[in-house]
Amino acid sequence: MPIHEKALIRPENLLTHDKLVVDGVDVSGHWSTFIAPRVVTDYNERLQDEIAALPGGEFVHRCWQCGSCTNVCTVNAVNPDFNPRFWIYLIRMGMESELLRDKDIIWQCVSCNKCTDACPRQVVPEGVMKATARWLELKGHTPKSSSTHFDEEFSEQVIATGKIEEGRIIRNFFARTGQPLRQEWLVEMAKRIARRLPVKLGMVMGFAALVRPRTRGWAKARRAIEGHVAREETRRRAALGLASAAAAAPPSNDSARTG
Amino acid sequence: MKRQAGDPGRRSGTDMTEGKTMTHSPPPDDKAKYQRVAYYPGCALEGTAHAYDASTRAVGKALGLELDEVPDWNCCGAMEVKNIDPKVQTYLSSRVLSIAANEMHAPVVMAPCNGCYHNLKKAEYDLGHDDASRETVGKISQQAGHAAYQAGQVETIHALDWLKHGVGEAELRTRVSKSLNGLKVANYYGCMYTRPRHIFPEKDCGPGSDSLYQPHFMDDLLAAAGAENVDFPLKTACCGGAHTLSDSDTSTKLVLNILRAAEAAGADVIATECPTCHAGLEMHQVRAEKVFGEKTTVKMLYFTQLLGVALGLSPRSVGVHENVSDGRAALAEKGIA
Repeated sequence: MPIHEKALIRPENLLTHDKLVVDGVDVSGHWSTFIAPRVVTDYNERLQDEIAALPGGEFVHRCWQCGSCTNVCTVNAVNPDFNPRFWIYLIRMGMESELLRDKDIIWQCVSCNKCTDACPRQVVPEGVMKATARWLELKGHTPKSSSTHFDEEFSEQVIATGKIEEGRIIRNFFARTGQPLRQEWLVEMAKRIARRLPVKLGMVMGFAALVRPRTRGWAKARRAIEGHVAREETRRRAALGLASAAAAAPPSNDSARTG
Repeated sequence: MKRQAGDPGRRSGTDMTEGKTMTHSPPPDDKAKYQRVAYYPGCALEGTAHAYDASTRAVGKALGLELDEVPDWNCCGAMEVKNIDPKVQTYLSSRVLSIAANEMHAPVVMAPCNGCYHNLKKAEYDLGHDDASRETVGKISQQAGHAAYQAGQVETIHALDWLKHGVGEAELRTRVSKSLNGLKVANYYGCMYTRPRHIFPEKDCGPGSDSLYQPHFMDDLLAAAGAENVDFPLKTACCGGAHTLSDSDTSTKLVLNILRAAEAAGADVIATECPTCHAGLEMHQVRAEKVFGEKTTVKMLYFTQLLGVALGLSPRSVGVHENVSDGRAALAEKGIA
């Protein structure tokens, strides 16, 4: 059986014996370091199809494991556990329980597109990371990441009015993620601008309520986009074997709040 | 052959992108095409990057170029909407292109924001290569009551292309009244200007086109304005802009790499061409100091601010005082402003 590299050589799977004789041969010392035998039986053979059903994951099947994505990865340089090639391997093998070990960091992809640029097979690894993070949330393996909260706040504003207002996004994002807006560094930044430009302070930090920017004649586009998003969401949930969003969660309060 | 979104086609031999054909020859010499372009500022330039908008318009005016703002434009989707639904993002960008093409009849649309520029280019690529994207965009456009954008109707360019092709270094040199002489600049291009390469078929096409791996248009323009460009290895590194608030520790580390590299290269200022990068560098410079005790002193300025000052405009008129990182002293030290 091929060695499933990281999965099998994790420290808890290494066996060593100070004194060991096998068939009359003394293999004491480092000769007696073995990898614990392991039989994997919990494959999820639908895993690749489920990831492929989510936006960005469409081309995961193309991967031939060259590792170019991990080699160029921005986040991998900061955190070596962030390993797109390995996760794509696990997805293709259906090794769901192994994938879940890293469930809390997969959302950290910063979408710099270095992997998508380097990939010789057009897997679009950046998209696969986003699809995998979404899969983890839809399946209930992780709570919504702060990144998802940000994406949702942003997208709801765009769909509602055609534009965004940065101050509003910052305020609502901190509220959604339960963080105080008075972060020491944000306050310091505000102070530095305020020294020169008191009016700009309100605009940048969003402490003042300004007229909300919106695109003229957006109503029809908004309805069309909302219809598309609802249909796609239903289709994706069905592909993952989940009940429709309406049945699973209370309806989004987006239109009431941002309309 | 039916292709899916994001599929840059089969590659063979050294021809890395099939989409790169003779129709994408090096940029033409006809400056005329870029003298008057449709202008798509985008949301950030109406907010935190107000100074980028002001300096872009001011530089254009000083050089005799004209900008017609796209009427009733909408957000391109930035880096967020695609994570909710990629085809909605394609639609959002295509609506801007559709107005430029079908209402303004403009041959060229210019976006100074890397995010907007990237998304318009991505929409152009997807609508030219993917039936499903065409179908969805066609349907939403119809329901929204406007003509669907067809790939090829408009040429999307960045503010860098606009000044490089519309003015060029030779002419710029003659227009400089306050040379940036002595100012050491690290040119920072970020992620979205060059990656992924298949959506930028006009890059890496030899002389006259920008490079995907060593972009130089900003270097060229600022050198023409008298600046001394330092050898900066992190031109296209990532600042973590997509997670500036949602994963701040990672962003601070990435930004700190960029700031340190610029300082190590001897730069007085980092020239930026993207509101997200610019805001990210400024915010996380403060955060690195406040949260990690890592102080850096290099200043960030939009490249259009530097060009504006070189053209004799007052630092105030190009919004230098609006930046969080206060570059006025850095300019004054060199006797520039």
